[in-house]
Amino acid sequence: MINLTINNMPVQVTEGATILEAANKLGIKIPTLCHTRLDCFNVEHRSGSCRICVVEVQGRPNLAPSCCTPAMEGMIVKTNSIRAINARRTMLDLLLSDHPKDCLTCEKNLNCQLQALAHELDLHHVLYKGEQSTYNKDLSSRSIVRDLDKCIMCRRCETACNTVQTVGVLSGVKRGFEAVVAPADLRPLSESQCVFCGQCVLACPVGALTEMSYKYDVWKAINDETKTVVVQTAPAVRIAIGEEFDMEPGSIATGKMVTALKMMGFDKVFDTDFAADLTIMEETTELIERVTKNENLPILTSCCPGWVKFLEHQFPELIYMPSSAKSPQQMFGAITKSFYAEKMGLKREDIIVVSVMPCLAKKYEASREEFSTDGNPDVDIVISTRELADMIKEAGIIFDRLEDSQYDSPLGESTGAAVIFGATGGVLEAALRTAADWIAQKDIKEIDFEAVRGLEGIKEATVNVAGIELKAAVCSGLGNARALLERIQRGEAQYHAIEIMACPGGCLNGGGQPYIHGDTTILEKRLKAIYQDDQNATIRKSHENPSIKALYEEYLGKPGSHKAHELLHTGYTPRKCW
Amino acid sequence: MTINSAEALKEHVAKLKSAAAPETKILVSMGTCGIAAGTTPVLEAINKYIEEKNLQNAFEVVEVGCMGLCHSEPSIEVINTVSGNSIIYGDVSEVQVQAIIDAGADEIARGTKTVERTWYYPEKEENTTNAIQAKVVLKNSGRINPEVLDDYLVNDGYGALAKALCEMKPQEVVDEIIASGLRGRGGGGFPTGKKWQFAAAQKTDEKFMICNADEGDPGAFMDRAVLEGDPHSVLEAMAIGGYAVGAHTGVIYIRAEYPLAIKRLRIAIEQAEKAGLLGKNIFGSGFDFNIELKYGAGAFVCGEETALIHSIEGMRGEPTFKPPFPAVQGLWKKPTIVNNVETYANIGAIIRKGANWFKTIGTAGSPGTKVFALAGKINKVGLVEVPMGTKLKDMIYTLGDGIVDGKKFKAVQTGGPSGGCITASMIETEIDYESLKALGSMMGSGGMIVMDEDDCMVNVAKFFLEFTLDESCGKCTPCRIGNKRLFEMLEEICDGRGTMETLDKLKSLSMTIKDTALCGLGQTSPNPVLSTIKNFEDEYLAHINEQRCPAGVCTSLISYQINDKCVGCTLCARNCPVNCISGEKKQLHEIDQSKCIKCGVCFQACKFHAIDKI
Repeated sequence: MINLTINNMPVQVTEGATILEAANKLGIKIPTLCHTRLDCFNVEHRSGSCRICVVEVQGRPNLAPSCCTPAMEGMIVKTNSIRAINARRTMLDLLLSDHPKDCLTCEKNLNCQLQALAHELDLHHVLYKGEQSTYNKDLSSRSIVRDLDKCIMCRRCETACNTVQTVGVLSGVKRGFEAVVAPADLRPLSESQCVFCGQCVLACPVGALTEMSYKYDVWKAINDETKTVVVQTAPAVRIAIGEEFDMEPGSIATGKMVTALKMMGFDKVFDTDFAADLTIMEETTELIERVTKNENLPILTSCCPGWVKFLEHQFPELIYMPSSAKSPQQMFGAITKSFYAEKMGLKREDIIVVSVMPCLAKKYEASREEFSTDGNPDVDIVISTRELADMIKEAGIIFDRLEDSQYDSPLGESTGAAVIFGATGGVLEAALRTAADWIAQKDIKEIDFEAVRGLEGIKEATVNVAGIELKAAVCSGLGNARALLERIQRGEAQYHAIEIMACPGGCLNGGGQPYIHGDTTILEKRLKAIYQDDQNATIRKSHENPSIKALYEEYLGKPGSHKAHELLHTGYTPRKCW
Repeated sequence: MTINSAEALKEHVAKLKSAAAPETKILVSMGTCGIAAGTTPVLEAINKYIEEKNLQNAFEVVEVGCMGLCHSEPSIEVINTVSGNSIIYGDVSEVQVQAIIDAGADEIARGTKTVERTWYYPEKEENTTNAIQAKVVLKNSGRINPEVLDDYLVNDGYGALAKALCEMKPQEVVDEIIASGLRGRGGGGFPTGKKWQFAAAQKTDEKFMICNADEGDPGAFMDRAVLEGDPHSVLEAMAIGGYAVGAHTGVIYIRAEYPLAIKRLRIAIEQAEKAGLLGKNIFGSGFDFNIELKYGAGAFVCGEETALIHSIEGMRGEPTFKPPFPAVQGLWKKPTIVNNVETYANIGAIIRKGANWFKTIGTAGSPGTKVFALAGKINKVGLVEVPMGTKLKDMIYTLGDGIVDGKKFKAVQTGGPSGGCITASMIETEIDYESLKALGSMMGSGGMIVMDEDDCMVNVAKFFLEFTLDESCGKCTPCRIGNKRLFEMLEEICDGRGTMETLDKLKSLSMTIKDTALCGLGQTSPNPVLSTIKNFEDEYLAHINEQRCPAGVCTSLISYQINDKCVGCTLCARNCPVNCISGEKKQLHEIDQSKCIKCGVCFQACKFHAIDKI
């Protein structure tokens, strides 16, 4: 143990602890900006670059960045000496001197940590004035907007992109005052191997990285009398959207959300969960087939477009591995513009499908060419959880006072197996529930596969499914996915099935979810809510969803049928990295 | 030829020493600077003449690295190896070659310029009268052919490595370096032995020795001279260090802008490997050591050790916070020693002659010598090596031969862009790490830029800050934005837009940057600003309060005007690049101030002192 004194108070910490951690133990908050940690994923970003957290250490010639200076025996630290205060204020002043002060119209207004810091440090005017960096906004992708004028070089996005996700797109380029974080050669994001997971957007403390917004397109669509506008909401949206309205994290706000969507003017409010059940039907069919034939194993899940794009770029030699089943979002779009359109006597052009997703990669996914027919996409517009919340606020809907409503039929009915798609492990668990029943040809009661639950990056389980030993793995975060795939390539690990989600923790921590600003207890509450919602469901197995049964009877035939393949399956394309 | 034991080395050297050699040696300075100044045609002329006259048995022509005589390149030295007489010629041209060879080493050829030798070799205990320089690091530079291994071997080369491997335990080597008091010559002055001790204490499977050859200070070329003139001395020292700390791989991180140094290092590594002086089981001791080269892309910040390591790893060259220090966790997360070229070049002599010998040179706190690149407004620009503790005055007036055109000495900038300026009043200062620090400057890598009365100190501060601004990696806020703001404030002052508030802000921001920046580059970048404010505040005040640049440098604050001494010769008008001077022949001319770009060409051209700089 190390003993030190901070602001005249003795404190004891374990060896390796930083001054920041020691101060925190004493109840002293040292302001930070670039430093961030996500405890539940064991991720810490401490580049020591913003210098906001500097403190005075007796005997040390210069100030110490508390986020990366280890506490030492006998250290005497002052966090609020005039020297430290002045330095801290000067650092903030300098950052603001090279930052557009257009907070009122900034995407991140009231969600910005630089803004919060200026408030916290009581800075009311910028002393050092001079040239400000200017760049063209990167609007090249469907998912992420890069506004480098606002970049403060905290490099958090780099840690997200390179260390956590190992995607390797964002890094520091150029030198000195011109230094900024960007893809190599300052190329647009669309020309990179970016998978649009949006973890960089979640990491960015300012408005330099935000989602591409389609809110206005949605308003226009809703107000277009000639169109039938249907909306689908992904599993992880309902357990997070309440946070945007000051509801307790982990609140299940499905009913209020449906009411709000109806109030906004959507013609039909459907559920991506329905399509998640449909995905399980197709994917489980494929799983059982591949396992029984013992070929092309392991089968990898394909619901997550960030993960799929990652595989296409980074492991093009493995593109035979994922299930050919489309993601729930795209199955929903395909069914809506075929089965539902026919049922309602509409042409596909007359329907606009809007998705509300916890995800930014879904915006990109909807734009993939193979998900269009004659230029008309299966899913027209994708907005994030945050965007939906913004629209609800703009519409003047007082969310927490809403009564609950039910999803519309027939694409609104779903099971507990579908809602757990929102957490890492959920897709696999849902598939196992169906696989077990199908293989055993009976209604199995033990359906809680606890081993695949939780926020750990890689989980392994050997599951007895009706007498068959299935070796399965669940993986979230692309860095973990890379590690696992490399082990498989080296022959060090063998599985029958692997679920992979790009975002650490799965969709509940997707790039389109409300900002948590480093408070990972929120993620744990979201996780709990998802499994609570599953428990609350009367039907908890996808193949028991009556609407799904009806869809097969009326339209698709059997899972894996020709018609099902035509509508619900896809293929993958090898892509380059540069 | 393989030298597989200490005895074999001794035998080989004895054989070399007893071999017959021509009586007279002609050393031709073939460093980058010599070649640039035109040594190649001189060399060709020498070879041609010797061949024509069939003098091969009497003369040996040796292509050597930098002799340090930048002020007199092309330079050659003629030595009689029997009598020991030597003559150094400067500014040699092809036409003088014949006379020089005919005169030999014992008389000065007519129609030539000779250069006084100001150095001695403490290792050889030669007479030291009148010699200010002491050559330890540069002992072989300008003396041996850097591309011939035997030339190095015959000058005690690899003797230190043999001694270390065959007679000393690794800890004894570390102890010897600690005892010598050798401090890092890259600028920081950290005790080298202590650094080695840290790495030696680490228990891991792999360690690395890195040589920092990313020399980047403006006006500094000490490391280049060593690498071009005596590359084996660095290889030998790295192997000694490797043995001491338990590393088997050395990496020389050298900037790609040093092609000749790279070429000579490549040759040297190949020679050493072939001779068994690098590679497996060196001198039969069981110790293996290999060296590879890594090229830097010329980023100044990569001279910072953590940035350098990242660059070798293929990452962006930017520093990370310490601890962990590289000696504990460096390249590929393994204990790594990063020493500068000049530091390494001291190691061989220390091992051969012992720590006590080394401590007889220099001062108690800073033993040994330091190589400086003398540059700026000085008569004899060049590379010098002096014992620590040498007076600034001796460097500038004796070695540098005073200020160009007899002008007044104003200041000298040491430590490059990280250092500060030292004024005339401090000229008696005995140079070592502490004394320079006390003056608000630093040793740095050894650049020494002399300024005279025509230099504006505000502009000088701006010049150095512009350099750091370009070379900052941009990682930390104070260096990325703070230095930009400092630069902008200096621009304001130079343009006459500065106020007393600007000066206050300049000072306080400089202090904060020093206090908060992440690495050495940022922490020292305001030094030129602070030291010029401290020593030349009057110049700042003149810019601010009187909109006047006392040295007449800041173009916004000066104007050229023609006085009545003008005889109407039209020379100024004909030279003016923007045609802003008008006037009839033999009539008083006039400058159109609205068009004048203040280039000063007219001022230089006028022969009648008829143009005033106001």
